[in-house]
Amino acid sequence: MIKAIFQKMLGGKSGMAGLLILAAIIFLVLPLGLDLFRLNLVGKYLTYAFVAVSLVLLWGYGGILSLGQGIFFGLGGYCMAMFLKLEASDPVSTKIQTTPGIPDFMDWNQLTALPWFWEPFHSLTFTIIAILLVPTLFAFLIGSAMFKRRVGGVYFAIITQVVALILTILIVGQQGYIGGVNGITDLKTLRGWDIRSDSAKYILYFINGTLLVGVILLSRVILGSKFGLLMLAMRDKEERVRFSGYDVANFKIFMFCLAAMISAIGGAMFTLQVGFMSPSFVGIVPSIEMVIFAAVGGRMSLIGAVYGALLVNYGKTAFSESYPELWLFLMGGLFIAVVMFFPNGLAGIYEKYGKKRVAGKEYTGSGPVMPSRTLPDPKLVPVGDAVSPPTKGMGISKQSVH
Amino acid sequence: MGEYSASELWSIVVMQGFSGLSLFSVLLLMALGLAIIFGQMGVINMAHGEFMAIGAYTTVMLSKVAVEYGFGNLYFLPAIAVSFAMAFLTGYLVEIGLIRYLYKRPLDTLLATWGLSLIMQQTFRSTFGAKEVSAELPPWMMGSFKPTETVDIPINGVFVMGLTAFVCLGVFLFLFRARWGLQARATTQNRVMAGAVGINTKKVDRVTFALGCGIAGLAGAAFTTIASTGPTTGSLYIVDSFMVVVFGGAASLMGTVVSAFGIAQAQSILQFFITSSMGKVATLLVIVTILMIRPEGLFAAKVRR
Repeated sequence: MIKAIFQKMLGGKSGMAGLLILAAIIFLVLPLGLDLFRLNLVGKYLTYAFVAVSLVLLWGYGGILSLGQGIFFGLGGYCMAMFLKLEASDPVSTKIQTTPGIPDFMDWNQLTALPWFWEPFHSLTFTIIAILLVPTLFAFLIGSAMFKRRVGGVYFAIITQVVALILTILIVGQQGYIGGVNGITDLKTLRGWDIRSDSAKYILYFINGTLLVGVILLSRVILGSKFGLLMLAMRDKEERVRFSGYDVANFKIFMFCLAAMISAIGGAMFTLQVGFMSPSFVGIVPSIEMVIFAAVGGRMSLIGAVYGALLVNYGKTAFSESYPELWLFLMGGLFIAVVMFFPNGLAGIYEKYGKKRVAGKEYTGSGPVMPSRTLPDPKLVPVGDAVSPPTKGMGISKQSVH
Repeated sequence: MGEYSASELWSIVVMQGFSGLSLFSVLLLMALGLAIIFGQMGVINMAHGEFMAIGAYTTVMLSKVAVEYGFGNLYFLPAIAVSFAMAFLTGYLVEIGLIRYLYKRPLDTLLATWGLSLIMQQTFRSTFGAKEVSAELPPWMMGSFKPTETVDIPINGVFVMGLTAFVCLGVFLFLFRARWGLQARATTQNRVMAGAVGINTKKVDRVTFALGCGIAGLAGAAFTTIASTGPTTGSLYIVDSFMVVVFGGAASLMGTVVSAFGIAQAQSILQFFITSSMGKVATLLVIVTILMIRPEGLFAAKVRR
């Protein structure tokens, strides 16, 4: 049993090779090759990779496109930021305020007491639990309301987008309670440990990388299990799975909650590494960008998602420094190119051209198989499906994959 | 609300209601195009807002030219037609270049058109600058009616409403009275069968998409009379318009009209009594809640599932 799980985690010969290469890049190549500033930047990109991985699970394997993963990234990040902010605003260092001991932005907004929902964030234990559970519960709420009513596909995407919009407006509107448009800034220490020091940045980078690899391993176990197979079956022929006696909604809810939790871990690590959290990581635009990380990396590849996040963000930083107006063209072109020509992203390109040369033979491992190979020829799919209610048609199942 | 007297409250309701009607007009024009594209082809056009911006920029440019040559009070009606034509043409080209490859992948159209919207936004920024520009309103459109002491109704708002009503009527006639509309509806209902009886479904798709975009261009032209235009103007309206379409029921144009009315009125009236952002949050929350209870929207086609 344990051996079987272990095998799924490593994903056979080719899966293991991919993981080892990724680990070597994260833990050896980047720390040795980059200065601290750049490394911290890469650490930031890696926190987005959590979201990208969660989207591979949810979108690539589950066929559920969430355009609101920024919600969960943000919720995780804000939970962490609230704890750090409380620690940074102890009565001594905030004694020039009218009310010492509360975060500075509350003081600017004439609040005289800490709001009730900030109180529990004095405790680190509570904070960690909150990072993991608040987004998950929120996802459970949205997920059960939607999937139980069989809302899916396009409608789900639009509704998650609106929820992201609602949350952003709420955060921006509540200047006094949650920092408004500036977000929660000036975070200094974690239990007395200065998170802005050089050594802390290194340590946080490695914690981040380790968590990310852990998340990938966990995802592999899940995808390799019976549950993973059912997710795929559901993505391609939801009705048949339902008629076979499975409660499709519950599986989807579970997947949505899991993806939310993974995104939230990324958000919390983001706050730690970057030292602030703001609504600009929550709304519609960042959420769609996160989908693009997953799409560029390959929506069916967990490891590809990490590369996608690194590559797109690197490109964004590099181009927006030197050619800010070119960047939007490039980004837009990338969206279109990936969707039209490389629906399986980098991983798909690798599958097609690189794999034979690298591994020497076809993949025969027991890990999660690239399931798209078994999809029916798109020409055989009844054309009438294109106009059937989008609740049922998941676009991805009908694409052609080579 | 204790601080308002009954007559003041009445004027507030009338004026907010009226500003809600202007919002309703723009939302409806946006959503009408979206609903046609989404209902007909299942394509999620995230670049729809940018098609609106095309119309808006066209009108602004024409107004600049017209003022230059002294046609200041004549240009607006032709500008509406040109805006429609520009957006229609762009939509037509976009369908040929991009959309037609993605018909069976609705979620992918969402991503691809989002990419398209980024490119279009940057194009606007490079061409027209990042600053917001506004059209010179023709003199006959300025000013307002004053039916009572406290109520003040701007003429441009009335004009936008008139335009919306006219466009709705046009779309209705086109879809339900013209031969082309018959073909379009047949294609929506059963694409294979429509093709079998000799309807060129590809052409129908192309014209439908372009028509939806053209209506967005009209929305842009109308938009210039009540606000200024910037590169990101379109993206401000896109989520709202999608909510309108989804809330009304994707396949029902009647539903789109009703839900645009409801959403615009709710936002406009709530905005007066609580802050503008909270008014929007409240409206959206109510819509999301209703959608969770009735996922198909208000006016869903009755399908057994």
